[in-house]
Amino acid sequence: MTHRQENTESENEFEEVERYEFRESKPYTFQADRREFVQSVGAGVIVAVAARRATAQGRTARRDEQLSERFHFGEDGFITVLTSKVEVGQGSRTQIAQAAAEEFRVPVERIRLIMADTEQCPDDGGTAGSRTTPSTVPRVRNAAAAARNIFMQLAANQLGVAVSQLRLSDGVFATDTGERLAMSDLLQARGVAAALQVAPPADGITVTPVSEWKVLGTDALKANGRAVVTGTHQYPSDVIRPGMLYGKVLRPTTLGASLKSIELEPAKAMEGVTVVRDGEFVGCVATTSWQAQQACDALAATANWQASQEQQTSSDELFAHLKNTARESSGSSGDGKTWDATRKALPESAKAISSKYTVAYIQHAPMEPRAAVAEWTEGKLTVWTGTQQPSRVHSQLCETFRLPSERVRVIVPDTGGGFGGKHTGEAAIEAARLAKSAGKPVHLRWTREEEFTWAYFRPAGLIEVSAAIDDAGKLLAWDFANYNSGGSAIESPYTVPNGRSRFINTDFPLRQGSYRALASTANVFARESAMDELAILADVDPLNFRLQNLEPGRLRDVLIAAAEKFDWHGRRATLKPNRGIGLACGTEKGSYTAACTEIEIIDNEVRVIHACQAFECGAIHNPANLRRQVEGCLVMGIGGALYEEIKFANGKLKNPQFSDYRVPRVSDLPELDIVLLNRLDLPSVGGSETPIIAIAPAIANAVFNSCGQRSRSLPIRLV
Amino acid sequence: MPQDFRLIVNHEIRSTHTDPERPLLDVLREDFKLTGTKYGCGEGECGACTVLVDGVPTRSCITSVGEVGDATIETIEGLATESELHPVQQAFVDCQAMQCGYCVPGHIMTAVALARDQPNASRDEIVRTMSEHICRCCNYSSILAAVEQAVRGARRQESNQP
Repeated sequence: MTHRQENTESENEFEEVERYEFRESKPYTFQADRREFVQSVGAGVIVAVAARRATAQGRTARRDEQLSERFHFGEDGFITVLTSKVEVGQGSRTQIAQAAAEEFRVPVERIRLIMADTEQCPDDGGTAGSRTTPSTVPRVRNAAAAARNIFMQLAANQLGVAVSQLRLSDGVFATDTGERLAMSDLLQARGVAAALQVAPPADGITVTPVSEWKVLGTDALKANGRAVVTGTHQYPSDVIRPGMLYGKVLRPTTLGASLKSIELEPAKAMEGVTVVRDGEFVGCVATTSWQAQQACDALAATANWQASQEQQTSSDELFAHLKNTARESSGSSGDGKTWDATRKALPESAKAISSKYTVAYIQHAPMEPRAAVAEWTEGKLTVWTGTQQPSRVHSQLCETFRLPSERVRVIVPDTGGGFGGKHTGEAAIEAARLAKSAGKPVHLRWTREEEFTWAYFRPAGLIEVSAAIDDAGKLLAWDFANYNSGGSAIESPYTVPNGRSRFINTDFPLRQGSYRALASTANVFARESAMDELAILADVDPLNFRLQNLEPGRLRDVLIAAAEKFDWHGRRATLKPNRGIGLACGTEKGSYTAACTEIEIIDNEVRVIHACQAFECGAIHNPANLRRQVEGCLVMGIGGALYEEIKFANGKLKNPQFSDYRVPRVSDLPELDIVLLNRLDLPSVGGSETPIIAIAPAIANAVFNSCGQRSRSLPIRLV
Repeated sequence: MPQDFRLIVNHEIRSTHTDPERPLLDVLREDFKLTGTKYGCGEGECGACTVLVDGVPTRSCITSVGEVGDATIETIEGLATESELHPVQQAFVDCQAMQCGYCVPGHIMTAVALARDQPNASRDEIVRTMSEHICRCCNYSSILAAVEQAVRGARRQESNQP
C-alpha cells in the first residue's frame, strides 16, 4: 500500500493547522438506507444552509463571540469559561483558568472550564501547534478584561462613584471610602445579563500587564488533580451512558486489504450480539466488550481479505523508497542553486561534508487509546471521544452520517494523552455507526494493537545535508533536503551566506500525520548532527562552533544557559571512560531550546546519564507546569532517540505492542537540570512541543564524542 | 460457560454472572462501573490496569476473573475516604505527579503496596518497582518524587509505632 497526500496549507488564519499537517478524507463511506436517502435529498437545502451557518458561526465565534457565550457567571460566585480547547495533559485547563482568574481578579479556584463541547463552546480551533498559549489565552484574557470593564461600570453606578474610585480584587469591588460589593452580588442585578450580550470591543481593552500578574506566572495546581488520583475523573473511555453496550470493529489482516467475503451468521447467532456490516465496515455490539470481541473473532474466522495490490514496502527498504518516489519539492527557500553549483563557487580551501540522516516511523502511543461513546437520541448524535480536533470530528460525523450541524454534538472529556496523535475521529465514527444499528449507546475503545496499527505515525524521513566551512570555522554554504517528514523548523537558525532548504514530497507506506513538534524532531536532529560533524571538521569545540555561527539572540541565550548550567567545558575536560557529552539547540513555534547531555555506552547500549536543557518561551504562565512539560518532552525525546521505531513488512506491523516497542520508563530517567528562561518582556508562546527537539541530536553527538562512531539514524544505532 | 462470581472489591461484596476467562479489568469497569482502573495495553506491560489482589499489585488486564476466586481486591476507588486522600494519593497531588493522569491510578496502586510492604525501600528499589509502569507523558521525575514521599511517610509511621 502506498499513500499519496498533499500537504495542505491552512485554509484560513483561524484553522491553526500546521502547514505540514497531512489531511485525509473521511475513513468510511456508509450506505444510505432508503428512508435516510429521501431525508437527505429532501433536506439538501437545509443541510447546505446549516453548513454555511456553521461556518459563519465558527468564524464569528473565533473573533466576535459574545461575552455571554464565553463566560457563565454562577450565583455561587464561580465563573465558568467556555472554550473548544482540549486538555490532553499539557495543562490547558489550568492555564486558561489562570488567564481568566487574572483578569477577573478572583482566585483561580473560582474559575471552572467547560472545554471542547461543540454545542456549548465558542470555537477556538483545535488543540495543536502550541496555539493555546499565543492564541486562546490572549482571546480569553481580552474577553475577560472586557467583561471586567463592564462590571466596573455597573458597580460604579450601583455604588454611586466614578469607575476611577473603584478597585476590584479577590472578586470584590471596593471604593476608596470603604464601601464593598461582591462581584457575585453585582451579577444578580438587573441588566447585567443584557450588558454581556456583546462581543469584546476590537480595541481599547487593556489586559493585566505582566508586572501586575497575581495568578498568571504562578504554579497553579492541575485543576482536577483530586479526580485524577481518586480515579473519579472520567476519561473518554470511562464514559457510561444508560443502557450502554460495547462494540468492537473487525480489522483487516493487512494494511490496505479489502474485504472480499464474510459470513455474518455465526456471530449473529450469538446471544445478545448485534452484527453490523456496511460496505467495508464490519463490527459487533454486545453487552460486554469480551462478548463483542468473541463475536468479532467468529467473524474474522470467516472473513476473506484481499491484500492491497500496491507495492508493499518494508521498513528495511523505507528510505530508498522515499528517495525513489521523490517528487518536485513543495517548499524551497534560499538561492535555489544545486549543491554542485554552490560547491564549485566556493574557495578551494573550503572544507565540506555531505551526510544522509534518517528518522524512523514512530507512534505517539498515548496511554489512552482512541475511544468513543456514541448515542443517538431522536435522530441527534452525541459522541464523547478523545480528540484534539472536536470541531473537525464534528464535521466528519456530519459528513459521514449526512446530518446537519445542529444534530451532531461532540464532547471531549479531558483525555489520556495526545502528542499530536489524536487529530482524527475514527473511534467516534465507528462508535456512531455501531450505535445506529444497535439502537443503544455504544462504547468503543481501541486495543493497544489497534492504536499502534490503525492510528497514524510520525512521518519517517530521509534528510540530506551538504555544508561547507571556511578555515576559521564559519559556515560558507548549506544545502538541506528533507524527504517526506515535513518542513517544520527546516530553516537553519545559523548564519549562512549561501544555501537552500527544501521539503520534498514522496510516496509513503504508512498513514502519517502530526506529532509533538512534528518535523522539527527530524530537521533539528539532522541539522545539529551536521553541525557537530562540521565542528569536528573545523577542529573547534562544538559549543564554540555554534556560537561563532549564531547571531546574538534568544537561541544563543538558551545555548549559553544550558552550557553554563551543564558546565560544558569543565565536563569535557574530566570525562570518565565510556562516557561522552553532546549538545544541540533549535527553535520552533516561537520558542527556543538547547540541550546538553552526558551518556555512557556499555556493551553497545547507550544510556543517558545526565541531561541539562534550557528553554525559553517568553513570559511563563505556569512555571511548575512548564517544567513538567519540558521534562516530559525531554524524556519522551530519549525514546525517539534510542528505542522507538515501527517495523513493518508485507502490510503488517511487526511490533504493535509495548512488549516489542520500547518507550522510556522511570529507569531511563537521567539526572535532570532544567533551566527556564523567563522573558517577562516577551509575549508568551507554547511550551509543550519544542522542548522535545534538542535531546536526540545531543545524544547522537554525545555518542560520537564517546566512541567515535557517528549514528545518523533515529533511533540511534551502533554497529 | 458463564458462572456466578462473588468478589470482594474495596471491602464490598460484588456479584456478577460471567465467563471465567473474562479479564478482571473488564469485570471491574463494565460490570461494577469501577472505571478508575484503566486499560493501557492488554498484555500486562504498562501497568495502567494495576489493582491489588490480596495486597499484591496485579495486572487486571491479563488476570481472568476465574483466577481471582475469593481474593480481596483493592482498586483506586477504595483508597480515599470522603474527607481524606490516601497518603500515596496525597503525595501524587503534592508532587503534581500527573500530566494527562491516565496512568496515575495504576502507579498509585503499585506505590500503595510498595509503601506498605517495603517502607525501607531504597531509591533504586523504588525505581525498579515503578519501572513496571509506563507514563507516556514521561512525568517520571514527579512520579518518583511522589513515590519517595509516600515511602518516606510509611517509614516514619512504622518507626513511630510501638
